[in-house]
Amino acid sequence: MSNDVLPVSAIRFKAEAADWREAITISGDLLVASGATTDEYTEAMVKTVEELGPYMVIAPGFALAHSRPSEAVKRTGLSWVTLAEPVEFGSQANDPVDLVVGLAALDHDSHIQVMSKLAGVLANAEVLAQLRASTDPEEIRAALLGD
Amino acid sequence: MKIIAVCGMGIGTSVLLKMNIDQALDNLGLEGDVEAADISSARGAAASADLVMTSAELVEQLGDIDTPVIVVDNFVDQAEVQEKLQQGLEL
Repeated sequence: MSNDVLPVSAIRFKAEAADWREAITISGDLLVASGATTDEYTEAMVKTVEELGPYMVIAPGFALAHSRPSEAVKRTGLSWVTLAEPVEFGSQANDPVDLVVGLAALDHDSHIQVMSKLAGVLANAEVLAQLRASTDPEEIRAALLGD
Repeated sequence: MKIIAVCGMGIGTSVLLKMNIDQALDNLGLEGDVEAADISSARGAAASADLVMTSAELVEQLGDIDTPVIVVDNFVDQAEVQEKLQQGLEL
């Protein structure tokens, strides 16, 4: 798996976000900064929540920010943002959110390996707690990209 | 057996859910075909499925379908996914 999927430039710790829009925008800006997407994708991620609700808050405190594959996606990419203060997304089951992972996918298949790795991390409460508290980008990269 | 994992776009949360349903089926010793679908194609896909699994937010948008729908709160909690799967399949 290419390490380009989650470069250090797409990882940020203790970010300040006033609300869910800002939290998603930060995760989108990091995808842009790392060359995975354009600003249109960030706007599409926000719009997705506006239209479909906070369904992407899929685990306690965790949001997987994403939108559909489009021309705004240049390559498969992830971003990792922990928040200084958790924000409400409006999710009944899983608010408030303190970890946002941004996802950009080129199509329905090419990011499956990345997702499989992410699923493994999310399913392991111990590993996830450690990564949530981490301020070492290489630790995040090793967990999500390593063998 | 066919199970549909539904999310808004069909590339993110439903893919994670599909992976955990696959794992749960495996744990239960069941054979099944699990498909990730976005909300716009889910209604069609659900017609030929035995079970639909999705989040509380998307249930309403699925509308009236004949296939049983199960709401999952934590998509990455293997224990919850397995329990809901058993419930949905009436095992």
